[in-house]
Amino acid sequence: MQPPAVAIDYFIVLSAVLFIMGVLGVLVRRNAIMIFMSVELMLNAANLSLVAFARQWGNMNGQLAVFFVITIAAAEVAIGLALIVAIFRSKKSIDVDELNMMQG
Amino acid sequence: METFASLVPLVVIFPAIGLSINLFLGRYLSERVIGAIASGAAGLAFVVSLTMLIAMTGSNYEGFVVNPPILSSFIYIPSAAIDIGWQMRVDTLSLTMMMVVTGIGTLIHIYAIGYMHGDPRFARFFVYLNLFLVFMLVLVTGNNFLVLFVGWEGVGLCSFLLIGFWFDKKKGVGWKNSNAARKAFIVNRVGDFGLLMAIFLMFWTFGTLDFYKPGEVLHIEEKKAAVNDGTVLAGYSEGKEPSKGPMGVFGQTEKWLKEGGHIVNFGPFSLPFETVVTLITLFMLVGVTGKSAQIPLFVWLPDAMAGPTPVSALIHAATMVTAGIYLITRSSVLYHAAPFSSAIVTIVGATTALMAGFVALGQWDIKKVLAYSTVSQLGFMVAAVGLGGYAAGMFHLITHAFFKALLFLGSGSVIHAVEHGHHHVAHEKHAAGHGDGHGGHDDHAEEEEFDPQDMRNMGGLRKKLPLTYALYLIATLALAGIFPLAGFWSKDEILGKAFNAAFNDGKFEGFYALVLLLIAAGFTAFYMWRQIKMVFLGQPRTEAAANAVGTGPVMYLPLVVLGLLTVFGGLMNIPLGVNLFGWPNESLVLWLEHSVPYTKGLEFNLFLALVALAVAGVAILMANSVYSPSPLTARGKDKLEANASTRQAFRLANAKLYWDETYSRLIEQPYNRLSQWLANKLDWEFWHDRFHHTLFRDLYNRLSEFLAKPVDRGAIDQGFNNVGRGVQELGARLRQTQTGYVRTYVFTMLVGVVIVVLILLFPLLRQLLSQ
Repeated sequence: MQPPAVAIDYFIVLSAVLFIMGVLGVLVRRNAIMIFMSVELMLNAANLSLVAFARQWGNMNGQLAVFFVITIAAAEVAIGLALIVAIFRSKKSIDVDELNMMQG
Repeated sequence: METFASLVPLVVIFPAIGLSINLFLGRYLSERVIGAIASGAAGLAFVVSLTMLIAMTGSNYEGFVVNPPILSSFIYIPSAAIDIGWQMRVDTLSLTMMMVVTGIGTLIHIYAIGYMHGDPRFARFFVYLNLFLVFMLVLVTGNNFLVLFVGWEGVGLCSFLLIGFWFDKKKGVGWKNSNAARKAFIVNRVGDFGLLMAIFLMFWTFGTLDFYKPGEVLHIEEKKAAVNDGTVLAGYSEGKEPSKGPMGVFGQTEKWLKEGGHIVNFGPFSLPFETVVTLITLFMLVGVTGKSAQIPLFVWLPDAMAGPTPVSALIHAATMVTAGIYLITRSSVLYHAAPFSSAIVTIVGATTALMAGFVALGQWDIKKVLAYSTVSQLGFMVAAVGLGGYAAGMFHLITHAFFKALLFLGSGSVIHAVEHGHHHVAHEKHAAGHGDGHGGHDDHAEEEEFDPQDMRNMGGLRKKLPLTYALYLIATLALAGIFPLAGFWSKDEILGKAFNAAFNDGKFEGFYALVLLLIAAGFTAFYMWRQIKMVFLGQPRTEAAANAVGTGPVMYLPLVVLGLLTVFGGLMNIPLGVNLFGWPNESLVLWLEHSVPYTKGLEFNLFLALVALAVAGVAILMANSVYSPSPLTARGKDKLEANASTRQAFRLANAKLYWDETYSRLIEQPYNRLSQWLANKLDWEFWHDRFHHTLFRDLYNRLSEFLAKPVDRGAIDQGFNNVGRGVQELGARLRQTQTGYVRTYVFTMLVGVVIVVLILLFPLLRQLLSQ
């Protein structure tokens, strides 16, 4: 087995940076679309680490999981966008701070 | 004979059928039919008794124990040690009683048809009368003290029902009647306690209550030549060995007395057999004083006259009250073995005879006189059986049944006549206003007080009621003991018995009885002649008496029959030494000795008979002179009261010697006070107020207060409230966290994830740090 061209540490760090960016995006953005994209960012950060581990260990299981994640992400986008459209229709806005009806 | 003896259940069954028909169908039947059924039932019982009597005279006079077929198997009293079945005994004694009960009973049933005519509860009256016959016949035919006791209580019940029969009369009379009924019942309970104690003692001592076991024969031991003193000794065996099988009460008594030295064990202590027999007989005497109206329990009988007159005649003169004499006669073996008890019996009887005779002197009520006379005559009988004259007692019982029933029925006719005469007068007075004066006898409401039983309201009735007068006169003379009527022979027999006991045996009680009974005989003649004078002789003292209405033949027929019996009844027991055209002597003694051991006949004592006759004759003459020519004015004083020397005595007799008042003071009032004290102090104040209130109510209240306030409201309620409030507060706080902003939730989730990851990574971190 050939040694990896790029050390795994880089992948992991990149993945972590991407994930933190996604988290921060979700936390700070108010636009539902932007939050949505940040979620996608977190998913893909996870995908990246999975793929990196798969390459590191020469095990295809990680890549298999990535396909599932991509599939589910696609479904999620479909549902999520539909929800956002529905919210927009009722509220004329997609600012998530205005969706605070569940406040205690 | 045995075949005829087995007929005996019919004696009880016929009246039972009669009462059942009248009980269930009486309301649909006419008076005539009801009376015919009831009298027929009594008559059939009489015919059965007569059949058995005739069969008995044709046999060897042996007694039989009869198990009523079918009935005996399911009429029985189960108990721990023995099952007491309904066994009946047919012997000369029970047959004698059966004849008296059914014979007199039938006559009085017939009489009552006329007497009770028009009564709204006609059928019920005859149901009670037949029920009485049933129980009385159970009493006299039972072969067992417990069966006897069943009858004993049953006749007491009928007595109660019939005394209070007119409980709904107006103007407080109904109250008086029902009070009299209650008094009779309660006083009899006292006596029944004594009989029950005797029965318990006998059961403990003998292990059985049967008089005789089936097949057990009462052997006549010795029959002396009847001439010397006429003693007939009936004993246990006739030179034979006692039968091996179990024996009844009397057989065992004879055996143990013969063996001697028998001890009865009562657990913690034991008594010699002779003492136990004395105790049994004394307790039995208490029962006798209750039922047969002796001192101290006689007080119910005079009040019992509140019942209809046929009832007074049947139950309270002829039959029920003689149950005590029957009981002693039946238990003659026991009384013979207990001379002390016999002496007490004699003294009680003689004292009662004198006391009641004295009280009868001062009574106004025609039936009260007869009632006290009955008590007095019962005293004669009790004295006789106490002296060992069982046959003499039974003889007087029978003859007394004849003439006292006749007197009561006669007085019933008199009362009937005077009452109707009174109605007649009242109607004539009303006639002007009402136009038609014959609307019936029911409108008592507006009438003034009139007592048809008060002899002061009578007088001169011999013209209105000639036949009643003649018969009443015969009965009066018989009761006074005038030769040759039935009462002469029977009373003379008793006096002779006392004379013998006093002068031949030197017994104190014999002397006591002789003196008292002779005086009582004088009183008897005096008060009876006083009654004749006041009721029948002289001039009518009220309009009611002047207009008295005679009665129909249905009421005369029984009187005539009883009159004949009164005249000829003495023939059944002519004493020895009297030759009456070759008529057999002592028939009754010879007849009874087959079932009553130790019964003794007596030779005729001419001297004593003459003395008794003289006493009676002088008393009648005295009464005649005292109450002649005009006995009394309607509300006037009695001649005896008007006379200064006899005033005190008369008033004492008129007040009935203050027996009721004495009892009231000695027993009733203390009893009432005691029960009031028990009710107010003990029950209410102590038991209710103190005990219940303090212990139960207050304790309960305190406990429930404790449970309610600190426990329920304090601990439980507060506990739950606090939990609720806590949850509320917690919720309010936690609600603050629900901002509704997505980012809050996301941040929370993130923190959670970080914590979880840190926990998961914790082992790895520790490993790294430890390196």
